Amino acid sequence: MKKTAFLGTIAVAGMAAGMGFADTLSDVKARGVLNCGVNTGLVGFAAPDANGNWAGFDIDLCKAIAAAVLGDPSKVKYVPTTGQTRFTALSSGEVDVLARNSTWTFSRDTDLKLDFAGVNYYDGQGFMVPKDLGVTSVKELSGATICIQTGTTTELNLADYFKANGLEYQPVNIDSNAEGEQQYMAGACDAYTTDISGLAATRAAFADPENHVILPEVISKEPLGPAVRHGDNNWGDIVRWTLNALIAAEEYGVTSKNIEELVKSSNNPEIQRLLGVTDNLGAMIGLDKDWAKRAIQASGNYGEIFAANIGEQTPIGLARGLNAQWKEGGLLYAQPFR
Amino acid sequence: MTEAPLPVDPPFRISMLVYDRRYRSMTFQVIVFILVMALCWWLISNTIQNLAALGKDFNFGFLFQRAGYDISQRPIPYTSDDTHLRATFVGLLNTLIVSVLGCVAATILGVAIGVARLSKSWLFARLMTVYVEIFRNIPLLLWILIIYAIFTEVMPPPSAYRGDDPAWSMILFDNVALTNRYTAIPSLGMTNDPGSLDLGARITVNWATIAFLVAIIGGWFLRDMILKRAQAIQDRTGHRPTTWWINLSVMTVPSLLLIWYFGLHLMSPELKGFNFGGGLNVHNSLVVLWLALTLYTGAFIAEIVRGGILAISHGQSEAAFALGLPPNRTMNLVILPQALRVIIPPLISQYLNLMKNSSLAIAASYMDLRATLGGTTLNQTGRELESMVLMMLIYLALSLVISAGMNMFNRRVRLKER
Repeated sequence: MKKTAFLGTIAVAGMAAGMGFADTLSDVKARGVLNCGVNTGLVGFAAPDANGNWAGFDIDLCKAIAAAVLGDPSKVKYVPTTGQTRFTALSSGEVDVLARNSTWTFSRDTDLKLDFAGVNYYDGQGFMVPKDLGVTSVKELSGATICIQTGTTTELNLADYFKANGLEYQPVNIDSNAEGEQQYMAGACDAYTTDISGLAATRAAFADPENHVILPEVISKEPLGPAVRHGDNNWGDIVRWTLNALIAAEEYGVTSKNIEELVKSSNNPEIQRLLGVTDNLGAMIGLDKDWAKRAIQASGNYGEIFAANIGEQTPIGLARGLNAQWKEGGLLYAQPFR
Repeated sequence: MTEAPLPVDPPFRISMLVYDRRYRSMTFQVIVFILVMALCWWLISNTIQNLAALGKDFNFGFLFQRAGYDISQRPIPYTSDDTHLRATFVGLLNTLIVSVLGCVAATILGVAIGVARLSKSWLFARLMTVYVEIFRNIPLLLWILIIYAIFTEVMPPPSAYRGDDPAWSMILFDNVALTNRYTAIPSLGMTNDPGSLDLGARITVNWATIAFLVAIIGGWFLRDMILKRAQAIQDRTGHRPTTWWINLSVMTVPSLLLIWYFGLHLMSPELKGFNFGGGLNVHNSLVVLWLALTLYTGAFIAEIVRGGILAISHGQSEAAFALGLPPNRTMNLVILPQALRVIIPPLISQYLNLMKNSSLAIAASYMDLRATLGGTTLNQTGRELESMVLMMLIYLALSLVISAGMNMFNRRVRLKER
């Protein structure tokens, strides 16, 4: 008897919130706040500053969505999630959208009942080692102790890559990036592995970033993107097209600085459609016609967000690489707005 | 003489269910039972409904899929190609290892500290009080993190042992290396390896291990028989034959012979590439978790032991002293055996707590049941409900087994009332 109630309680704890997400858009509008699942702290992507204000690449996406849906980029509640809690937080309804450098994979898209709304950062898994270790390639890491965050795709990639190359290693499964940094800095692991963007962000926070190198091998594809619950297609569309609007804005040269001017003066039909000057695309996804304009105004277009948070002028210093526009040899390719 | 008529039971009325003491308790029990059942039904149907709404089913098939992740401490052979079920089993074994080590060490520490707190030396007793109060009043998770941080920061990385003039050198005749990853200790090598017994599922036991176990258990058994015989002779003749050298030899000679036969020797660890190899690397995660669980639970056990000893009337020790028993024998022969019956029931709960607290393992990067089944497996498969239910059932079963075992022990040592 007691046992049954016990199991039921747990079941309800996990599932009670599982009802009634049929319409996330109405829920968000009624609440007046967007619940955005973010990293617990990864400088450049999502980290609170000394005053508790969140900033970063993923944060700006949350702001753009809030601006598009609620008309105010500050109406976001940031819910920090760990690698382990993020998907549960999303499927239980604790967050409306998960913008937490999560890799888009088959099983997450299907079996976990999530939908990835697009890719906001094309990443790959890499390795960071101290310079004085004298290692120049992952292939030289046989027998090394490697720190890895538990509950991530990187854990599986690491096992696969080392097995495929006949290399041995000792995993140290750590719970969070902060703990990984501590172990790595103390030399408790020879190398730290995660997405290269994450390595760059972690390294930027070190006192001596110049003494650490990121090895050239990229052992996996890690398309990171915002995820929503499977089944609420309209909400998925809103997130997908908000991201697309940011990418398209960069392609068309729409920035947060010139946007007001372009609304008045641009006679480029693509810009006019995007900014709601001629067509009313917003109505098709349950928003008004200025949604994309507000999303771009929140923190700028994709290029501005990239440059401000993780670009080469920031301590993180990531090059655009794969994340350049398709016209510049990158993979960013927003579907047409029409 | 007229007889007073016997009182007749009034006919049953509905209100009697509440007002009549004969029915009242039954009424309330039935109501509570119905409410609890309704709550259960609601919880279960709600879960099923929500799972259906999310398009998820309840199925344990994921346990037979490839796990794909590695585990650093593997009591049985395991690779990333094995199933989630085997990963779960590895995690369970790791939980058992740290729990058993923790229970043994916490008991020894707890008894020692508990007795020491009653010491007549003022300073010594106060120091023990400080220990108890510090350890039991700070959450275990913090202790794990603190001890882990100390191990990580104070111990050197293996590279500190490298070079012609290394910053650190191995201790105990170059046999042991302390690092911030593990403690490298010598492993046992055999020149005459008898091979292994295959238990199936790639679990093997070396025949030498079995031989040693047989020799040791057999030795104890023989010693028992010899002591019984000595007692019998003493009872019959009044003279106890000298047995210590026979006892010593039945307990050690077979093992020594086996050591000689298998050519058992120590293999010292040495630095190979990034890490020490050739020996046995005891991971710091195990040591840290073990230490934290021991120190934390030891503080509670110390209080239980102290309480148990104080529960024994002072007259008992006075009587023992009057008979001329020295203090340590008074404690071992008079006080502790009687105190045990007070100590053991709460001790059982401490063992259960320790086993359950070991689920904080991931804070020290220790891959226990919670970190495998409830951590990586849960995360990679997205089967939260199944993993949680399975994990709870395993912990429940473990707890029940431990309490059953301890209860049996308790029945053996409790005061025999005749």
